[in-house]
Amino acid sequence: MSLPRIRRLFIANRGEIALRIIRTAQKMGITAILGVSEADRASLPARLADETVVIGPAPSVHSYLSIPAVIAAAQAARADAVHPGYGFLSENAAFARAVGDAGMIFVGPDVASLEAMGDKLMARRVSAAAGLPVVPGGEAEDTDAARRVAETTGYPLLLKAVSGGGGRGMKRVDRPEDLDSQIAMAMAEAEAAFGDPRLYVERFIARGRHVEVQILGDGQRAIHLGTRDCSIQRRFQKLVEEAPAPNIPVDKHQAILDAAVRLATHLRYRGAGTVEFLVDAERFDFYFLEMNARIQVEHPVTEAVTGIDLIEQQLLIADGQPLGIPQEMVRIAGHAIEVRINAEDWRRDFRPSPGTATVAAWPAGPGIRVDSHIASGGVVPPHYDSLMGKLIVSAATRGEAVARLAGALDGLRIEGLPSTADLHRAIAADPRFVAGGVDTRFFEGMADG
Amino acid sequence: MTDLPLTPEDVADIVAILDGSGYDRIDVTTARFRLRVARDGEGWTQEWDFSAADVPAVAEPAPAAALETVPEGLTAVRSPLPGTFYRAPQPGAAPFVAEGDAVTADTVVGIVETMKLMNPVHAGAAGIVSAILAENAAPVENGAVLMHLAPA
Repeated sequence: MSLPRIRRLFIANRGEIALRIIRTAQKMGITAILGVSEADRASLPARLADETVVIGPAPSVHSYLSIPAVIAAAQAARADAVHPGYGFLSENAAFARAVGDAGMIFVGPDVASLEAMGDKLMARRVSAAAGLPVVPGGEAEDTDAARRVAETTGYPLLLKAVSGGGGRGMKRVDRPEDLDSQIAMAMAEAEAAFGDPRLYVERFIARGRHVEVQILGDGQRAIHLGTRDCSIQRRFQKLVEEAPAPNIPVDKHQAILDAAVRLATHLRYRGAGTVEFLVDAERFDFYFLEMNARIQVEHPVTEAVTGIDLIEQQLLIADGQPLGIPQEMVRIAGHAIEVRINAEDWRRDFRPSPGTATVAAWPAGPGIRVDSHIASGGVVPPHYDSLMGKLIVSAATRGEAVARLAGALDGLRIEGLPSTADLHRAIAADPRFVAGGVDTRFFEGMADG
Repeated sequence: MTDLPLTPEDVADIVAILDGSGYDRIDVTTARFRLRVARDGEGWTQEWDFSAADVPAVAEPAPAAALETVPEGLTAVRSPLPGTFYRAPQPGAAPFVAEGDAVTADTVVGIVETMKLMNPVHAGAAGIVSAILAENAAPVENGAVLMHLAPA
C-alpha cells in the first residue's frame, strides 16, 4: 500500500508519539523523517526514524515550538507532509498555514477548524451554534477582566489557557483572594507552553466526569469511534483513560456520541479530533468542554476497542482520501485502559523528575500494549513533559481489563528515577476504580493524594 | 536508518513462543540492542537496552549555576528541582525580589520551570536577600544555590 501524495512524512514531535507515528508511517511504506532537538538526537524515535534532521537546540521554543525552524527542516528534508503529533505546534493555525504555504500537507484539520476550536471562546460559540450545551464562563486578557468574569461564574472556578489543551495552564481557584496570584501563574504557564497568555474563566462543576468522543471526518462526512473516560486526573492532567466510558445509561451515552458527530459535521471537520464533555456524574447531563483538533495521548484505548489505527486514518484523510469506514462498521469490542507512566515523584507533590531510567522493564504479553520511547538507559530530559510511556491493556470485559492492568503493573519496573508506576498500582486496586464510573474528584479521595 | 529490528508484534510473538515452552526468559544481545523477555509472576516483561549501541553521544551544555559552598553566616536559597530559573513571573514584569529585600520563609523569590511547569521557589527562611547568584533564564541544577540570605 502506498499513498499517492504522502511519500515522505516529517514528524514535528518527540517522545512516544513520534515513535508511534514512525511505526504507522513505515507500515504504510512512507519514509519517516524525524525532526529532533539537540537533546533528542540519541532518542529511541531518532534511532527508529528513516531519517533525522536537527531542528534546533534543546529548549522547545527554539526547536519543537519554532515554526520557522520546523518548516525549514521539513523543506530541507523534502517532505510532502508534516505530522505535528500532540502538544507543541499541533493545534497552531499559523503553523498549519505555514506548512501549506511551503507546499506541504498538514496532517490535521483545515486552518478554519483549528482557528474555530483553538480559541476556547470561539469554540464555545461554534459548538453552541451546532446545538451543544456549554458551561458558563468567558475570556480574560488580564487580571481585571478575569475578576469581572469570575463575578459571573462564581467560585470555585477554572482558569484555562485560551490557546491551551491537555490541561496545561489550568488552575482551580476556590476563593476570590487567591484569584490574582493564580492568574499570574496561569498566564506565565500559558505563555511558556503556547506563546499566548490569554485565559478563559469557567465555572467549575464539582461532581463531573470527563468523557470524550473520538471523531474522524473527511470534510463531507463525520463518524465517531466511541467514547473514552478520562475522569482520573490530577490538576487536570489525565492519569488514566479507558474506552468505552463505563456505567453511563445507553440513551445518554448515545446522546453524547450524537452531539460530537453533530459538531464535527457542523465544522465539516477533516481528520481525527476529540470532542470533550463534562458529564454530570449523577444525572448524566453533559456540557461541551472543548474540541482537540489533533491526535490525543489516549488514542490507543480507542484503537484497542475498535481495531482502527488512528494515525493511519489521519494520514489517509490528509492524503485526500474519503473516509473508508462507514459508521455501522465501527464496532466497539471489549474494554481498554491506559495509564500514563510519568517521570514524576508523585509522593512529593508530583515533582518532575528528569534523569536516566537505568532500568525500564515494561510488561509484555496478550492484551498488553506499551507505547514508550524509554528503554533501559533512556534519558528523560528536563526540557519537555514528563511522559515516559503508556501502558495499555485490553480484554473482553472491563473487569478483566482491570485485572490485567493490575497484573501488568506488577511486572513494570522503572529504576533510576521516580515514576508514577506505583501510583497506578494503587489506582488499579482502588475499589471505586474497580467498580467504574468515578468522577474527577477520584484522585482527591485517594489516601495521601 | 531503521536499526530497530523488532516490532511490538514481534515481541508479542516471542512472548507467545516462550509461554508455550518451558523457558522463563530469553536474552538477545546484538551489536545494536539487547532485549530481555522474562516471565514475571503471571505475566511477562520486556526490557530493551540500546546503551551499548553505536550512537554518537550528544553533549549537553553544562548548567550555569552549580552546587557551591555558602559563606559563613548566610543561608542559601536552593533550587527545589532542575530546570530554568526565572526572577520574574513573566517576561518584562518586576522581579519577585531584589538584593536588599526582606523576605520570610514563605516569600516567593523566583520560579523554576521544569517540564513546562512553573514551580515557585520559596525563600525557606526569613532574612535579607544579600546576593542573587543565578542569572535570569539560566539553567539550574537540583539544589543549586540561587540566592544568599543574610540574617534580618
